[in-house]
Amino acid sequence: MAELGFKPVLLWSDALVFMLVIVLTIFFYRLRNDPQTRERWSQVFSSRLGMVAFTVIMTYVGVALLDSMHFRKALPSPAGVDTDEVFYDNKVTSVLDVMLDGMGDRFERTYSAPFALKSFEKSNIKDDQGNMVRDFDWLMHAGQHLADPSDKWLDVAQLSAIALAWGLAASALVVGLQWLLLRGSVYPWYASWAVQAGIICFMVWLVYVSHYYHVLGTDQGGADVAFQSIKGIRTGVLLGTLSTLVMLPIAVTLGVSAGYFKGWVDDVVQYLYTTLSSIPGILLIAASVLLFQVYIDLNPDYFSIGMEKADARFIALCFILGLTSWSSLCRLIRAETLKISQLGYVQAAHAFGVSHSRILGRHILPNVVHIILITFVLDFSALVLAEAVLSYIGVGIDPSMGSWGNMINGARSELSREPAVWWTLTGAFFFMFLLVLAANLFSDLVRDAFDPRVSGGRHS
Amino acid sequence: MLAYIIRRLLYAIPILIGVNLLTFTLFFVVNSPDDMAASQLGAKYVTPEAIENWKRKNGYDKPLFVNDDASGIASLTDTIFYTKSLKLFAFDFGRSESGRDITSDVSTRMWPSLAVALPSFAIGIWVNICVALMVVMFRGTALDRWAVFVFVSLMSISYLFYIIGGQYLVAKQWMLVPISGFDPDFKPWKFLLLPVLVSVISGVGSGARWYRTLFLEEAGQDYVRTARAKGASEISILFKHILPNAMIPILTGIVVLIPSLFMGSLLIESFFGIPGLGSYMLDAIRSQDFAIVRTMVFIGSILYIIGLILTDISYTWADPRVRLN
Repeated sequence: MAELGFKPVLLWSDALVFMLVIVLTIFFYRLRNDPQTRERWSQVFSSRLGMVAFTVIMTYVGVALLDSMHFRKALPSPAGVDTDEVFYDNKVTSVLDVMLDGMGDRFERTYSAPFALKSFEKSNIKDDQGNMVRDFDWLMHAGQHLADPSDKWLDVAQLSAIALAWGLAASALVVGLQWLLLRGSVYPWYASWAVQAGIICFMVWLVYVSHYYHVLGTDQGGADVAFQSIKGIRTGVLLGTLSTLVMLPIAVTLGVSAGYFKGWVDDVVQYLYTTLSSIPGILLIAASVLLFQVYIDLNPDYFSIGMEKADARFIALCFILGLTSWSSLCRLIRAETLKISQLGYVQAAHAFGVSHSRILGRHILPNVVHIILITFVLDFSALVLAEAVLSYIGVGIDPSMGSWGNMINGARSELSREPAVWWTLTGAFFFMFLLVLAANLFSDLVRDAFDPRVSGGRHS
Repeated sequence: MLAYIIRRLLYAIPILIGVNLLTFTLFFVVNSPDDMAASQLGAKYVTPEAIENWKRKNGYDKPLFVNDDASGIASLTDTIFYTKSLKLFAFDFGRSESGRDITSDVSTRMWPSLAVALPSFAIGIWVNICVALMVVMFRGTALDRWAVFVFVSLMSISYLFYIIGGQYLVAKQWMLVPISGFDPDFKPWKFLLLPVLVSVISGVGSGARWYRTLFLEEAGQDYVRTARAKGASEISILFKHILPNAMIPILTGIVVLIPSLFMGSLLIESFFGIPGLGSYMLDAIRSQDFAIVRTMVFIGSILYIIGLILTDISYTWADPRVRLN
């Protein structure tokens, strides 16, 4: 591996998320020939809104996956030491960091406004004569190429024009390829292409202009806010999907067996979910996270690098969220199974002596898949929002791991400064809002297409 | 009716025992009192004597379930399970890790909490129903579609932004109310105005959208067509026919909201500096005071169960056909 110049690092959350992608691909691949499912999905995608929301969600997922490919760079071998051993940087980098082209490495000393050239706060600096004065210091990574600071906005306009040209060229390439493949399609792909072009132009512009300015300013620690907002994507997307992945097997197994076997199984399952749902979720989550935190504090030897510790806490949070939130889905599946197991074809299967496992697998499970799907999409946005709240309470993501919740938490009193520091909150708000809005709109469409009750109500 | 309530209360007992066992397992079996003491006293650099001292001071030095040293009934009562967990049923909450009396804390902090939560809850439901009825009047038009889009957008904004934005605009920019604080004697409404406003506005998105679906479902029923055929006006159809018939699902939906009240009060009270149960919980979580967290879990589940029973009773009031038996 030495000649590669890097060493891949597989965090637990990376492994889980790639596993999830494989499972989902197999799931949808197997469903592709089912005519009913096809018809429902085509209802979702024949609306422009569905296409737009799906494109936005996929962009976020793509960014999250790029940010989940981690590696450690090789350090140049120290001079004078003759050894074949290669040393690796302690800092874990992701493919996304490389694609953003060093956006996260340009630190300032503290706050600076978007496109500012000078620091937001005064500090002690030396003037031309060597005297100490208190003034706004020049930023280290903004407008270094400018000969005259008053040209700033002209320069920004020029840079934007160049970036836009590159962005349009790149989107023409991407959209053109898809057009060649999909031009005969009945679905409104043009809506998706418009969004793709917009996103590509924005990203190219952001990366290009970030070389010369801090587009969204810097936060208290001097880190680039735009970079942090993008890094929050992985945390949000992974938390939303992995927690549901933990919840699904519990909810489905318990719900189906309660509805199918009835009797004491039903009593036990009902008792379990009533008990669990009567505890305020936020307290249960907080208590569990606190207990896990105690465990981490007392066993520091299990985690060799800081990133692994943050990752362990992240996965624990996913598990805790999953283990505490299965009751509502379980209730829905139980009710549906009760209904289905009364139907004629299940009774007939019983009469023919078909085994329980076969009835469950062939007749019951396929008919509750739509509930699972609707819950998966619905819960996703709720979990992304919950992350911010949990981080505020102090039981969320590890502060060393970037997330929108941690950004909001760190910036919650910045608006009351004079003048107000608005850009950190704006960055987190914008990126979070877009994802949650797209997920909510998409889940509405999925529910309309898959829930027979709702679509029945629509026609009336 | 009375028999029904008594039976429901009896049903609640196994659930509360379950809650109790679950919290006990979480707090004492998964994490032993030794772990708790170590993390309270500062993780790594702590002597075994200090841990023993801390446990003795806070009453954690007993065995979990059965005390072999004591005789008779004391072998069951002189245990952590009895003193820390079972006593909650008698509303004896004991002392917090920092030595304060939890029962008196809870009873004084209850009132500011209620002063915020009840108006937000009631006004919130009223506003949501009004907005939803207005949107239903325009059903099938472009206005309706745009309204749904606005609701979904409002739903997609984190609760934290509503609070931060509200404080910034109303309190800092327009200077209409104080940013935070609470004073029960001197014009308390002044301090309550903004928290209530924020929680009402933050709930409009999901609330109005949910009520709209309910009303639309009712609007498709036959009795609505009959009423219209008889010449009833749209307004009277909405208020006299659709609203009363949608009452049962509305009440069911309100119970679902009760747990979210908890989270709402947690955030609202901490941002606005209101000395209620929400900020009490938050402080306990932040300082890892497990005795308070245990108590609040117990109180929370009792409130939830009471809410469930109240809903069932309110069904009979909303719909005379419902009989409780």
